[in-house]
Amino acid sequence: MNICSLFLYRTFAHNMARLKIPRKVTNPPIVKGFKPYGPDLDSKKREPVILNFEEYEAFRMCDYDMYNHHQASALMNVSRPTFTRIYASARMKISKAFVEGRQIEIEGGKVYFDSDWFQCNSCGCDFNNPQRNISIQNCPLCGSSSVMRHTEDIQENTPFDANEDLCICTECGFTKKHHYGVPCRNEVCPTCKAPLTRKHH
Amino acid sequence: MRIAITSRGNSLESTLDQRFGHCKYFVIYDKQTGAVEIIPNPYCEVEEQAGTLAVKLLSSKNVSKIVSGEFGIKVKPILDSLNIQMIMYKNQNISIGKVIEMLNHNK
Repeated sequence: MNICSLFLYRTFAHNMARLKIPRKVTNPPIVKGFKPYGPDLDSKKREPVILNFEEYEAFRMCDYDMYNHHQASALMNVSRPTFTRIYASARMKISKAFVEGRQIEIEGGKVYFDSDWFQCNSCGCDFNNPQRNISIQNCPLCGSSSVMRHTEDIQENTPFDANEDLCICTECGFTKKHHYGVPCRNEVCPTCKAPLTRKHH
Repeated sequence: MRIAITSRGNSLESTLDQRFGHCKYFVIYDKQTGAVEIIPNPYCEVEEQAGTLAVKLLSSKNVSKIVSGEFGIKVKPILDSLNIQMIMYKNQNISIGKVIEMLNHNK
């Protein structure tokens, strides 16, 4: 892109909001919302808080499944900063509902639902698994038990090159392979008993 | 359990239609009673939204599985949220009777 086209792009496109990338939701909520209870609550008169599906999914992945933002953003098919924004908005809405005693309605948002796909080795059909809590044993068409899960679009849980990083001792230069999820300062050098630091690959 | 199969014709000898929204007929097979219902697809000539309209029709018939050749990109999320299982079977020449036979073998 040269300067001229950049200029044109800026003049014509700056009024338009950026298009949102559809967020992938693998586990839709089992309820439509939440209601507060108590004697003084006149909850019907108050506007409910509307929590989007993407915000529910972000909240579920971070606080229930304990993924970090980087992993969760990859699973949701958005960038890490976008994920953090969605998550912050989810927390704000949930805290608002808690403090003000409002209902939560889970609906809307720019999302698409996605379920696991399987392939049968005997009849060659492809099928999905709509009941996420029940695991697939047999092919729904021919009943054969040799079914295989599609794996091409399943991301690794550690998509960074952190696996290549090393923990290094500042005293003697001893290195060991960095263990994912364990901070380097918790590791101790076997010779000088000093805490290690990170050496990026 | 009711299973919908997309068909090119209105008999059990007709072949499996590879398209979902624009197929000619839907064969709805009830696994418990063995009953077969054949309904013509009213949306086979519709240019847009044929798939989503067909999903509405089938979900009103309480279908829990659909056998077809391919499902469109608009239909997949709707079926996912309705908990309807999609089965994509790529064999064009298989008859509806054979598909029902396969479904019966599977206990």
